[in-house]
Amino acid sequence: MAIKRKKAIVKEKTAIHESIIAAGFGGQGIMLLGKLIGLSAMNEGKEVTWISSYGAEVRGGTAHSMVIISSLPISSPTVKEPDTCIIMNVPSFIKFEKKIKKGGLIVVNSSIVKGNSKRKDIEILKVPATDVAKKLGNVRVANMVMLGAYLKKRGFISIETAISSLKEIFTSKDETVIELNKLALKKGWEAAGGRG
Amino acid sequence: MSKVVKRILITGNEACAEGAIRAGCRFYAGYPITPQNELIGYMSKRMREAGGTFIQAESELAAINMVFGAAAAGERAMTSSSGPGISLKQEGISYLSGCELPAVVVNVMRGGPGLGNIAPSQSDYFQATRGGGHGDYRTIVLAPASVEEFATFAFDAFDLADKYRIVTLVLTDGALGQMMEPVPGSLFSDMKPAKRQSKKGWILDGCRGRKARSIKSLFLKDGELEELNKKLQRKYEEISKKEVRCEVLYEKDSEIFLIAYGIVARIVKSCVEKMRKNGLKVGVIRPITLWPFPNDIISKAVSKAKSMLVVEMSEGQMVEDVRLAVGDKCKVRFYGRSGGNIPTEDEITKILIDSRRGK
Amino acid sequence: MKKVFSRSKLLKDVPTHYCPGCGHGIVHRLIAEVIEELGIREKTIGIAPVGCAVIAYDYWDFDVCEAAHGRTPAVATGIKRVLPDRIVFTYQGDGDLAAIGTSEILHTANRGENISVVFVNNGVYGMTGGQMAPTTLINQRTATTYSGRNPKLDGYPLNITDLLKYLNGAYYLERCSVHSPKEVLKTKQAIKKVLQNQIEGRGFSLVEVLSMCPTYWNMSTQQAVDWIGANVVKQYPLGIIKNGDQA
Repeated sequence: MAIKRKKAIVKEKTAIHESIIAAGFGGQGIMLLGKLIGLSAMNEGKEVTWISSYGAEVRGGTAHSMVIISSLPISSPTVKEPDTCIIMNVPSFIKFEKKIKKGGLIVVNSSIVKGNSKRKDIEILKVPATDVAKKLGNVRVANMVMLGAYLKKRGFISIETAISSLKEIFTSKDETVIELNKLALKKGWEAAGGRG
Repeated sequence: MSKVVKRILITGNEACAEGAIRAGCRFYAGYPITPQNELIGYMSKRMREAGGTFIQAESELAAINMVFGAAAAGERAMTSSSGPGISLKQEGISYLSGCELPAVVVNVMRGGPGLGNIAPSQSDYFQATRGGGHGDYRTIVLAPASVEEFATFAFDAFDLADKYRIVTLVLTDGALGQMMEPVPGSLFSDMKPAKRQSKKGWILDGCRGRKARSIKSLFLKDGELEELNKKLQRKYEEISKKEVRCEVLYEKDSEIFLIAYGIVARIVKSCVEKMRKNGLKVGVIRPITLWPFPNDIISKAVSKAKSMLVVEMSEGQMVEDVRLAVGDKCKVRFYGRSGGNIPTEDEITKILIDSRRGK
Repeated sequence: MKKVFSRSKLLKDVPTHYCPGCGHGIVHRLIAEVIEELGIREKTIGIAPVGCAVIAYDYWDFDVCEAAHGRTPAVATGIKRVLPDRIVFTYQGDGDLAAIGTSEILHTANRGENISVVFVNNGVYGMTGGQMAPTTLINQRTATTYSGRNPKLDGYPLNITDLLKYLNGAYYLERCSVHSPKEVLKTKQAIKKVLQNQIEGRGFSLVEVLSMCPTYWNMSTQQAVDWIGANVVKQYPLGIIKNGDQA
């Protein structure tokens, strides 16, 4: 059997290569957050890899997923020095803040992570994601608030693509779930300076 | 955006399972073990939808022996696991081989020995390529390097298994198993199984209209077992001639070849592309079948190259086969990471530069 | 002269390798007779164990599959699930079923696989030279219990069929013996019952058959037969252990 691999890379003016670690407590929707980044990037024609890393515990421990977005084929899916970290809890902040590349970005859930970064060579974006999600009526969409902020800040993927990709992730859920996640994405986008 | 070809984002484990279903696999028995859980999870749903049998067995031993039964009854059957479970399955793999039954076994490798850890590894190379269990036998070993290949090799594995009545292994690692990456949207719908050979001549399905028969690997009479062994060897020889798969990059002018399989081959390729831009004459050899091993291809490459660097996620297993293929014709270096570490491009580049300086 | 008895057509006309006084030959014959009487030869697939009955396929004239030691019920499961309209039975010894294959028999019964099991219990490992089996009686001498089985060091006899009755998936369990003509006839009826259950789709059915091993019991044929009647049945009482028909 021979299946020719169809090249699906859309030509970019400038090549991009972004490695991301998204981390938080198990149950905060970290895997979903990473998958949605990957899916949205793929839907925009980029190459992506996504891989999760769990501790032995399922709930309450830290979980993180590694995502790579690139305009070129990706070799290894693991990320040791991320360009960006999306951090939703304190243990993850302690673990990953030091690993970020010089000049990189950390997006922090400031509702939970109160301290400041000691690093002067990275950019910090504070998003009160849990508080925003509570106001929306469901703390579980804090992950989408974080993602919305990230999308605005980095600008690699459009929020429209992320919203349309939501439907591929929540295939069996009802519309209200998608609407709530959509709203959370937008709130995050606004929190990072985007106009709603 | 309209020019973007529709793609699917899927984990390697799930893609493998779907590839197997598309190949007509209708019997799966497995046991949970990380990092292959997405595979058994996908099968539990999809296999029953497809009208086949899914059994979560009580152990890997039971799973492989259920596969043995299903294969004896003529079904396309498969099991999957990771190192510790694959060790248990060796009993069944040996019996399948002795009875010349076709089956597909998937090993999503993790770190060992013992319980090791659950991170990616390539440390089951010896076990996979030397037969693995007791007795004088071989299994075909396919090593995918992408999620797409994991699916297509699982698909191909069933044809190979049936063609030679042999166990075919798909050997990958935890990273390829658990990671998601895009595959073409038409990947699975394009998978059309070739016409299958009839198994009527040897399966056990009740002796209606024919003489009763048995499937066995016990040969007590004088000379009987050696006769089987010789027959198996002839089969292995034929497979070695016809089924070798290998990818070579920059074959013509490379002074140094990097040799790697699976996920490591991607990393090595990426290194080589970068070094080529800097004018270094380096190439890649990626064995796709680990058994039969591409001895001739490697041996041919040696005539022009000065040295080879084998990179593995183990403390050095495939490197032994490379050395056998190369003999004393050129220097073979080795770089390995183990315990769940994936070698980085920087590490490999440094080793190469050092070796060029003669370190 | 009227012919009142003849070899079943399903038994090949070859001498077996079994020792004089061994019970395997009787059980083989009973299975052949029952399959012949039920008219299911052409849809039957037997699974031979590892142990003295390892080459049962040389004696039966219907399809028979090999299995690794103890994995007999797993192989049967694979065949039966692929060919649900065929009749699949396992033939297992006490080492195969009650030691190395404990896990397989328990879970196959628990899944309620619609197969039949003929479990031959002679309390000893015959093929390997008469070592202790899980079913060896207390104080019984074997090649690995020279001064008799000592429960403090060697464990107790394992009544595995009794254990199985607690599993919801087990439909029918019976213990029989072949130490007398009367018991042989009962055993034949029980074998018929476990196969009939499968034909009717009732689920996991097992018959345990107490059997003689004069060679490794260091007894004459007569002594071995008497030993079952006097001792073995005390540890392993005969009769129906579970009957799903009456549940």
